[in-house]
Amino acid sequence: MRKMYGAIAVAAAMAATPALAQIKIGSAGPMTGQYAAFGEQLRRGATMAVEEINAAGGVNGQKLELLIGDDACDPKQATAVANKMVSDKVAFIAGHFCSGSSIPASDIYKEAKILQITPASTNPRLTDEAIKKGNTTVFRTCGRDDVQGMTVGTYILKWHRNYRVAILHDKSPYGKGVADETKKALNKGGLRETMYEAYNDTDKDFTALINKMKQARIDMIVLGGYHTAGALIIKQAREQGLGAQMVGFDSLETAEFAQLGGAATDGVLMSFPPKAEDDPKNAALVKKFRDAKYNPEGYTLFSYAAIKVWADAANKAKSIDAAAVAKQLRTGKYDSAVGSLEFDEKGDIKNPVYDIYVWKGGRSFQAQK
Amino acid sequence: MAYFTQQLVNGLALGAIYGLIAIGYTMVYGIVGMINFAHGEVFMVGSFIALIGFMICAMAGISSAPVAILLVLLIAMSFSAVYGWAIERTAYRPLRGSFRLAPLISAIGVSIVLQNYVQLVQGARPKPHVSLVSGGFTLFTSDGFDVRVTWIQIMIVMVTVALMAGFTLVISRTALGRQQRACEQDMKMAALLGVDVNRTISLTFVIGAALAAVAGMLFMMYYGVIDFFIGFLAGIKAFTAAVLGGIGSLPGAMLGGLLIGLIEVFWAGYFSSEYKDVAAFSIMILVLIFRPTGLLGKPEIEKV
Repeated sequence: MRKMYGAIAVAAAMAATPALAQIKIGSAGPMTGQYAAFGEQLRRGATMAVEEINAAGGVNGQKLELLIGDDACDPKQATAVANKMVSDKVAFIAGHFCSGSSIPASDIYKEAKILQITPASTNPRLTDEAIKKGNTTVFRTCGRDDVQGMTVGTYILKWHRNYRVAILHDKSPYGKGVADETKKALNKGGLRETMYEAYNDTDKDFTALINKMKQARIDMIVLGGYHTAGALIIKQAREQGLGAQMVGFDSLETAEFAQLGGAATDGVLMSFPPKAEDDPKNAALVKKFRDAKYNPEGYTLFSYAAIKVWADAANKAKSIDAAAVAKQLRTGKYDSAVGSLEFDEKGDIKNPVYDIYVWKGGRSFQAQK
Repeated sequence: MAYFTQQLVNGLALGAIYGLIAIGYTMVYGIVGMINFAHGEVFMVGSFIALIGFMICAMAGISSAPVAILLVLLIAMSFSAVYGWAIERTAYRPLRGSFRLAPLISAIGVSIVLQNYVQLVQGARPKPHVSLVSGGFTLFTSDGFDVRVTWIQIMIVMVTVALMAGFTLVISRTALGRQQRACEQDMKMAALLGVDVNRTISLTFVIGAALAAVAGMLFMMYYGVIDFFIGFLAGIKAFTAAVLGGIGSLPGAMLGGLLIGLIEVFWAGYFSSEYKDVAAFSIMILVLIFRPTGLLGKPEIEKV
């Protein structure tokens, strides 16, 4: 059914376009597979942005056409999607979701001179390596894992200095990256983790790992991974009698996390940028999403903002050429649904902020700082 | 000791599920001599049917857990049995006389079809299910470590033991079992002596699919989450279990399943979760080097 809404929205967007030459743009992420909840966030945000831009006259007088790419968070499939986008001649891509997808795809977009703005890939390597390779057309509307790891590390050091901490990661560039950044922050603050382990994100049975933590008397689990494994780990931890608190990162931010984990997710902490959907400034926009029977959770508005910001810059530059738009993006501030964005040389946003949230009753709320 | 016991309990529950799926592989191999690679997907389909069954029960207002479980068990087993029958009839029987690899390829095709079919009709998202059998008890405590046993783990092991016992009886005591054993030994000769080979093979697929459905339902109740992709990994593990125990041997499949479950859990418990699958497959390779027919397998006699 959800797919149908999307299809109708895309069809509506296309039906509304006149015979003028169109600009093709792409949105790519895990539309299927374990992380499809996040793919939907990206797709919903992108669809809404394109609809609004077209209703307001398009970019440089041309209407946009949105293509959706499904990478299933698989690096191999991500490069296939990127190649498909290249052959479809998109001018701009808002994606991908997983860092493990965005990083390999970024090389392909660079070759084809396609501007890339990821709404959600937080691994520092994406922009750090891009700039080293001379790729100046990669941007993101989200923060970075070094900031995120620092936020979580500082929080643990402030409130739970005496806890015995287990750091887990799923071996993905995102999961391991953010876990290592947190480890760095904790170690710097004088807290040594009791355990550091990797798991397979396709597993369903985590009982062995949980009992290892139970044996080591772990008080806090730092989870460098996505919501599907996180939900299973916390649920099985409670069943196995491990009372440790879990702290995760931005990839827990979907209602599906609480649906999969049930009551066990109450009290789970996570870091996330200030929630744009709760910002009164976005009330009208949020209502539009809710009227379309979708709660713009997590990265929905980041995806929306990525396309809006690109359209703004393209209008200002009076061009859709990647280099010209990139240059434009680096000058001045862009007012967006996720706050006023200013991009630095690497394409990261300046002064990214992360807050700590706590899950309760299927929703996440801002926690005490 | 407490830690060891806890890992043992968890390993047994996991192994029992693998064992139930492995029976399907081993039975089909024993009689037809082919690997039914679609069997993992039948397990996945079974778990989805069970999920739908539980939702129907909830809508029909059946609030008693045992009644709902029994009802859903029957629904899942019978629907999956139809799947098993249909797969054999459409994808394998027409290829029975053909060269050895043909049904294997056909099986992989069926597996892809089933996976994509479920993805299309049920969506690509993981499906959660509220656990009907929740809670458990503390077996004993030592050095501050509570050994927890959950009711669902007990249910998994009991259902598996009951099905194994019932199944062994079917094979050794009933006419169907006799026909299956006859087909296993020599299909042509069995046919000459009046055994309906087609019917026997069909029933083998039906039974295997029903057992996979039970495993699917237990899996769903144990972990509370299923998706269209669970059949792949579970199928590979169960196939490994069947090979480890000696493909073609029923007690071997169960033993293999338990061993794979225990190896995984103990490896993750004492070494690292990262390489637990590597450990399971390495041990299988070692066993096959020293016992090419698996632990309980009989050496295949070349039929002339």
